[in-house]
Amino acid sequence: MGLDVRPPRVEDPARDAIFKRQLVALIPQLRAFARTLTGDATAADDLAQDAMMKAWDARASFEMGTNMKAWTFMILRNQFYSEKRRSWRQTQLDQEAAERTLVAIDDPAAPVALDELRLGLGMLPAEQREALILVGAGGFAYEEAADICGCAIGTVKSRVSRARRALQAILDRGDYDRDGKPAGDAMGAILAHAERLSDAR
Amino acid sequence: MIEKDATSRSPELDEARLRQQAIGSKLRQMFDEVVNEPVPDEFLDILRRADKSAMGDG
Repeated sequence: MGLDVRPPRVEDPARDAIFKRQLVALIPQLRAFARTLTGDATAADDLAQDAMMKAWDARASFEMGTNMKAWTFMILRNQFYSEKRRSWRQTQLDQEAAERTLVAIDDPAAPVALDELRLGLGMLPAEQREALILVGAGGFAYEEAADICGCAIGTVKSRVSRARRALQAILDRGDYDRDGKPAGDAMGAILAHAERLSDAR
Repeated sequence: MIEKDATSRSPELDEARLRQQAIGSKLRQMFDEVVNEPVPDEFLDILRRADKSAMGDG
């Protein structure tokens, strides 16, 4: 064996194998991030696949042992915004999702809570939506989310808090728009679910 | 007329807190549902092809 001083950026199958294993383990997370960002399953998987391949192609620049989840999420996020600039079909898809949701809401027995939340997320400004998803669902600390989004921690904090308030307002307003009465079944169901969760703690 | 009970904690605040918890748990549920889906074969196929071309390098 002898001296094995490896310069960086050289073909390294063993390192690649480790990298690949870790990347594969992150695919479910990347899909979830993409799905919640775009609100559309097909577009989300396209995005997640693109991000996965970008991560693979950039593997030499990844510092092993650092946070690969945050690194891949950052790649996916950047990909999302660059695609949005290239006339992403998001707007059309959002409209379709909204129409589906409105139809669903007309049926008072339909379990609409998740659809409403999905619709509400789609109505948030993108930067608020991503901050809320990263911190509220992705399990990232504010500092990590700030790194991923390329902004200050305070900015992430204020985006998350604005997102929470806006989402609540949207969900409430949705109920008012629907039948002119406050606190419909959907919100009641969400609240009951939350109470059960906090009781279980 | 809205009744105001000055003796208790602010019910508006309690309700807002509860709603935020509810929204938060639904958001996690939405995310986790996707995480728990089986990964489509396509993902691994793409990566396998890329890996092969990296090994062979042309």
